[in-house]
Amino acid sequence: MVSAPGNAIEIADLRVRFGRVEALKGVSFDVRRNEVFAIIGPSQSGKSTLLKVLNRTIDFMPEARFTGTVKIDGESVNTIKNVYELRRKVGIVSPLPVGLPLSIFDNVAFAPRMAGVRSRGELSEVVERCLRQAALWDEVKDRLDSLGTRLSGGQQQRLAIARALSHQPSILCLDEFSIAIDPVTTMRIEEALKDLRSQITIVLVTNLVQQARRLAERTAFFLNGELVELDRNEVIFSDTPADRQTYEYVNGIFG
Amino acid sequence: MFTETPFVRRKQMFERIARGVFVAMTSAIILPLIFVILYLFVKAFPILSLDFLIKNPVRGMRAGGIWSPFLGTIYLVVISLMISTPIGVLAGIYLNEYAKDNWLTRGINLAVVNLAGVPSIVHALFGLGAFVLFARLGRSILAASLTLAIMTLPVIIASTKEALASVPMQFREACWNVGATRWQTIRHIVLPNSISGILTGVILQVSRAAGETAPIMFTGAVFYKAIPEGNPFAYGLFDQCMALSMHLFTISTQVPDVPEALPYGTAIVLLGSVLLINALAIVLRVYLRSKKKW
Repeated sequence: MVSAPGNAIEIADLRVRFGRVEALKGVSFDVRRNEVFAIIGPSQSGKSTLLKVLNRTIDFMPEARFTGTVKIDGESVNTIKNVYELRRKVGIVSPLPVGLPLSIFDNVAFAPRMAGVRSRGELSEVVERCLRQAALWDEVKDRLDSLGTRLSGGQQQRLAIARALSHQPSILCLDEFSIAIDPVTTMRIEEALKDLRSQITIVLVTNLVQQARRLAERTAFFLNGELVELDRNEVIFSDTPADRQTYEYVNGIFG
Repeated sequence: MFTETPFVRRKQMFERIARGVFVAMTSAIILPLIFVILYLFVKAFPILSLDFLIKNPVRGMRAGGIWSPFLGTIYLVVISLMISTPIGVLAGIYLNEYAKDNWLTRGINLAVVNLAGVPSIVHALFGLGAFVLFARLGRSILAASLTLAIMTLPVIIASTKEALASVPMQFREACWNVGATRWQTIRHIVLPNSISGILTGVILQVSRAAGETAPIMFTGAVFYKAIPEGNPFAYGLFDQCMALSMHLFTISTQVPDVPEALPYGTAIVLLGSVLLINALAIVLRVYLRSKKKW
């Protein structure tokens, strides 16, 4: 959690194939430590696939193959032995809110428990910290024993964020987190993310261009599995980004 | 604006007809069932008593009770399910949770489905060849139980897989994303939410193992065998035994001059035990489902 110089993620010539379909066609870029990095682009542009490589959950898709190197905190994920530690280092929030069929407390305590934490005191601390960071604590603090799956969609998404924070990741990836939730909850989560960005690297995958503009420092534009352009937000969202397609996508001319 | 047009009237008429047909068909299956049970019960009534359950058949199976076949059926059912349940459930977990989708897995799945549809007499022949003769177990409770286990195994595998597959994939992905292993995910999320379905599948096989005659006829069940009354451990693994299903067949067709109530009594005990176990299964399932969390 300490701010350190260097890159949180380094990706070089990453290619991912699903059988004959190439989902990522050789992308290279770095994500700096403790920045908010947005990835925008229409669907099918390979954004979610990229996240699956970051935490190696792509291993669960037997037809997927990837080449190139991906380094998390300087260590290559290609050859890593302890993928479980890697997955704890990279928190992932998926598009549709998933509350595990457990109590709210157990939802957040799940990851620490699976990593071997037993002490109730320690777990309570983690649960409260993460629910506060996800801006959910005040709404659920009196009913931590009730089911996570009974929460509203917006609450479940914040629960998912709390769960992703519970294993103390150094990188938090959000994959179109606002796709299934209401605008008010979206704004609350965005506020929560602003509070987090001093402590953690945030990768924000979104097809809401304005969300990237509000939150990120740099934005990458993906199209059909290729990285079209990557620059500071002032450039990407200006009238003169380097690539014409970026301008057209950002300004809603296609996408 | 809200007037009833001829089109609406026709729709409503069809609605009533459809409903009527569905109700009629449902009654058509319920009524014979009730009739069968009542008929059996009335016919068996004169003989039903505790003695009927705990006394051996006597006088060439023309009198006495059904202790020996009753205990034999319990042995066969319990032992066969003790063999097929762990194997079937674990294999089902492997096939649904671990196995990659390749030609081998697809082949195994196809084999499981087809084996579930193999007639029981074929299992009987297999049991005779494999367990009685090849493995030299002889005609025994063990050989018969193994044969019943082989018969129930594919269905247990299939129902386990189905129960596991009903747990949404997104739960597994959420667990993997936070660094849980496959087994941790299965143990803490998948199994607790599918156990009711798995148990239902297993318990339905109790009725099948208890009811089938063919698989045990060649492999371990005998026409007649007296055992010590009142001793629940009267059979050994390598003994032959009587069984309710076969006893029913014997006294209804093979032995002359059997009092009418005797086969009906046997049938009602067989049916009653199966219904009792199914009722327990329903209670258990309702209890486990009440703990299901989504």
